[in-house]
Amino acid sequence: MSLEDLKEELSKVVEPANIRSRQHEKDGFFLEVEAKAKEVEALAKAALEADCFLESITAADFTEGVQIIYQFNSFSSVSRTLVRVQLARDESVPTISSIYDAALWYEREVFDLYGIRFDNHPDLRRILLPEDADFHPLLKDYGKVHAFRSTEEIYGE
Amino acid sequence: MANEFLEPITEQTFYLNMGPQHPSTHGVLRLFLKLDGEYIVEADPIIGYGHRGHEKMAESHLYEQFLPNSSRMDYLAGLIFNHGYVAAVEKMAGIAVPPRAEYIRVICAELNRISSHLLWFGTYIMDLGGFTPFLYCFDDRENILDILDRVSGSRLTYSYCRFGGVARDLDDEFIESTRKFIDRLRSRWNDYHNLVTKNVIFIHRAKDVGVINRELALRFGCTGPILRAAGVAYDIRRAEPYSIYSEFDFEIPTGTTGDALDRYMVRLQEMEQSLRIVEQALDKLPEGPFRAAVPHKVRPPKGDYYFAVESARGALGYYIVSDGTSYPYRLKARVPSYGNLQVLTDVLPGTLVADTISILGSIDIVVPEVDR
Repeated sequence: MSLEDLKEELSKVVEPANIRSRQHEKDGFFLEVEAKAKEVEALAKAALEADCFLESITAADFTEGVQIIYQFNSFSSVSRTLVRVQLARDESVPTISSIYDAALWYEREVFDLYGIRFDNHPDLRRILLPEDADFHPLLKDYGKVHAFRSTEEIYGE
Repeated sequence: MANEFLEPITEQTFYLNMGPQHPSTHGVLRLFLKLDGEYIVEADPIIGYGHRGHEKMAESHLYEQFLPNSSRMDYLAGLIFNHGYVAAVEKMAGIAVPPRAEYIRVICAELNRISSHLLWFGTYIMDLGGFTPFLYCFDDRENILDILDRVSGSRLTYSYCRFGGVARDLDDEFIESTRKFIDRLRSRWNDYHNLVTKNVIFIHRAKDVGVINRELALRFGCTGPILRAAGVAYDIRRAEPYSIYSEFDFEIPTGTTGDALDRYMVRLQEMEQSLRIVEQALDKLPEGPFRAAVPHKVRPPKGDYYFAVESARGALGYYIVSDGTSYPYRLKARVPSYGNLQVLTDVLPGTLVADTISILGSIDIVVPEVDR
């Protein structure tokens, strides 16, 4: 399936205005989607429909809250797509583990390192840290970091 | 919590801990198995024993200071991780790399891939009870370690690449010993096939064992030889060529059924393809500088970037968010073994405990890479 097909699948579930093309030559991504937490499941289904695999789920901590970053790609034609979901502090996001099994562990990792809860995840326990750890180490208020910034500072014009 | 897992046990099922210090787990991995007699009902790989927090370390270090960390994630393919990291930052910061440096990187990365596959080959067969091939492989692998040691100064955790090039230039002796090694390894294929590939005990332990097909690989995000054994010719070196891989002539070996035997065959053929790449690169190795002049501190422009390379175990990628300073704001390494290990939760149930060793071995995980 080509990039255009994927774009079409995705635009069925999110506002086409929130889908933006990126330059693969420059930064490795073809598409970027800005989504809300409630759209995540539909987006994952659309990606699966387009024969994509879940390359990774990760996150980054900004002053306004944690941003979840989903990455989809395809075995047949490279179409790396980035889905950004900006959460407010203490906001949770629905799991996509019923659509992609890979999400079971990726979401556990994000929970472990950032403390984000994934609603309806069947087995949300720590994965890399010991089960009795009482901190989420990749949050910017933990340990030594160089900077703590807002999304505006990094992605703003 | 792990003890939620311990529900009431019926008379037939019981739990078995394989690891964290089991010889076949190749690192500190614990497999928590629920067994019905000799059959596995549920498998839960428990990871994190080797978690060192590389991603957190990155957030308080300069881009240059993170260089040695990259090769310590996957200590068997350290140079490929190292190469991926420098290439990612170079792309972000727009640093041009002299052609000679690109060739040197590819030669060393492919030698590293062969050494990783050789170690996998030896230990996999040893897990299955064959000790002799292990000694042959380590003999061959020692050659690569010597070659890379000469040029990079370390045997395993190579921090050889630098932004804009490599740390040291290759000399004639390197080229000569690499060519000698290529001939030597080629003369070994027959021995390996006679010792292992044609061995009926090995075939019985590997054929139709631990089948991972395309659909399963897609659901779990498996990449690398596992995916190729399932018949999908997905290799980052071909799908989105980085460095100078587009200049070389090499094939992407694939399997058909995706069982342990296919994975074995794919890796064996991949070693030959890597030899071909090294050979071509040595022939074409251009003269010139091996390192470009780059600013003392790299400051990539703001934004987020992803750079993918093909590690010995599959698709490796660095996702880096830059805030315009000389420190990464967020650095995530997408490691191939993470998904490749997770697929065990689906593959193991229904198989015998003895097959676990074969399946785990054929998947070829490196635990410190999973844990980061």
